[in-house]
Amino acid sequence: MSLHVSLHTSPEVPLEAEVLCPDRVQGLHSAEVAKLLVYHGNEKAALGDFFKVSGKGDPEIRIEGNLKLVKHIGAGMTHGRIEIEGPVGSHLGAGISGGEIRVHADAGDWVGPEMKGGRILIEGNAGHMVGSAYRGSTVGMREGEIIVTGNVGNEIGNAMRGGLIAIGGDSGDFAGVNMRAGTIIVLGQLGIRTGAGMKRGSIVSMHEAPVLPTFTYACTYHPLYLRFYLLHLLGLGLKVVEAQLRGRYRRYSGDAVELNRGELLFYAG
Amino acid sequence: MQIHSTQLVDTFAEAFKMWGARVIITGETSGWALAAARSMTGFATSVIGCKCEAGIERELSPEQTPDRRPGASVLLFAMDKEGLSKRLVERIGQCVMTCPTTACYNGLDTETTVVVGGQLRYFGDGFQASKKLAGRRLWRIPVMDGEFLVDERFGVQPAVGGGNLLVVGEDIRATLEATQAAVRAMREVEGVILPFPDGIVRSGSKVGSKYKSLMASTNVGYCPSLRGIAQATNLEDNAHCVLEIVIDGLDLAAVEEAMRRGIQAAAGAGIKQISAGNYGGNLGQFKIELHRLAQDRPVAA
Repeated sequence: MSLHVSLHTSPEVPLEAEVLCPDRVQGLHSAEVAKLLVYHGNEKAALGDFFKVSGKGDPEIRIEGNLKLVKHIGAGMTHGRIEIEGPVGSHLGAGISGGEIRVHADAGDWVGPEMKGGRILIEGNAGHMVGSAYRGSTVGMREGEIIVTGNVGNEIGNAMRGGLIAIGGDSGDFAGVNMRAGTIIVLGQLGIRTGAGMKRGSIVSMHEAPVLPTFTYACTYHPLYLRFYLLHLLGLGLKVVEAQLRGRYRRYSGDAVELNRGELLFYAG
Repeated sequence: MQIHSTQLVDTFAEAFKMWGARVIITGETSGWALAAARSMTGFATSVIGCKCEAGIERELSPEQTPDRRPGASVLLFAMDKEGLSKRLVERIGQCVMTCPTTACYNGLDTETTVVVGGQLRYFGDGFQASKKLAGRRLWRIPVMDGEFLVDERFGVQPAVGGGNLLVVGEDIRATLEATQAAVRAMREVEGVILPFPDGIVRSGSKVGSKYKSLMASTNVGYCPSLRGIAQATNLEDNAHCVLEIVIDGLDLAAVEEAMRRGIQAAAGAGIKQISAGNYGGNLGQFKIELHRLAQDRPVAA
């Protein structure tokens, strides 16, 4: 039996609830879970002050309600599964290294910052800084997957060093800024200044996008490895068509202000 | 034991422990995938002279390959995993990476793996790049038609080599027809290859030679032209041709199944005997008894 957590009192200010994580609740009874410490703004509170808790803590947690002001859900998670019904706040799955978080609605900013493994699926839109490094930090997401079926904001994959960020819709500006490695796939439109400062890694879009002058056109070809990623996304429910699997892509190398080993790939039919 | 008009000799094939790998090659067309597969499995008939034994296991449809392109599955065997690792790097590097449009993937899910793409990547001269998805690392090596994509690691596993059948016939025509029929039937079995030309070998060998530098020499007892010259012959008076089929497999069960099918397909008119080569049971780890196979009973290792 999974742990069932349902919001009964909406927080008035952001509620920091990193206790909503399989690693923190496993083995606990619902009453024990309800006593776990959360921060309502700068005040200490109990989880039960805001959530009705039922079931027993095991590797699966189901959370319901309008969670837009609930932050840090699943932070530090190493295993298990979190299923969320309702919009969720920022810092979802911060630093996770395993397990899966699935949101059946929109998510806020900072989804999966500096994550090291596992998978986060957002069946809706997400905010800025998806899979990014925190300000002042030099490395963002290292491994794992973040899949967003809708649109996202700016600076996704900021300084990411590995893993996959896939966006079903559009992304904002500065996708993959300061990227070190890894893969970003945007099935929709990219914003401006894509890949600024990237050292290595791949940023793929199914549409042309503005290219910084520090990127150089290389060729139009079929990068076979991309099939693995697109087939993977197809399996996760993203809309990938056969032509994209087999198609050719315009490749740009950059960013020349850095190592120049990154690539932008734009679907060319 | 008789199968149709053919005597199944009460003997056994002596097979050996080897290490095996499965390599999936894909290409823009099945023709290019097969071109690479044929190149990779060339000069790989016997570990004695070629350091490995290899063959095309089967062709693959796009639905059966990791990148949804047409492909071919190749099995490669060597005496130990270190040797297998070297042969994989050599043959994938020289025969697959060189072939237009191809890519090369691991086809075995095993605990033991060897680094292949992780060595070949240096051909990229610093421009190679890797991608890691769902725990699998692929290397992208820039080449003149785009990129050569290859798995970093390939699975290897203990395997069985040297399963064999000796088909003793009245003449070359009947013996060829029977062995070719056997080869067709044996190739239906997954997990085996027949490493010799079109699956058939005429130069069966025995251990040792009068020449000290040779570790193997012609199988005198089965050479019809040496009847009356050699000290002993294994041939009946009206047997004038012998052809051998050698079988390597990823496990003993696959080798046995291939031999079982081969016996049934080869037996018939024009074939006097079906036998097998062994060394008295002193060298190989597996004894595959022909009578047990024909009776459809499991054969003990």
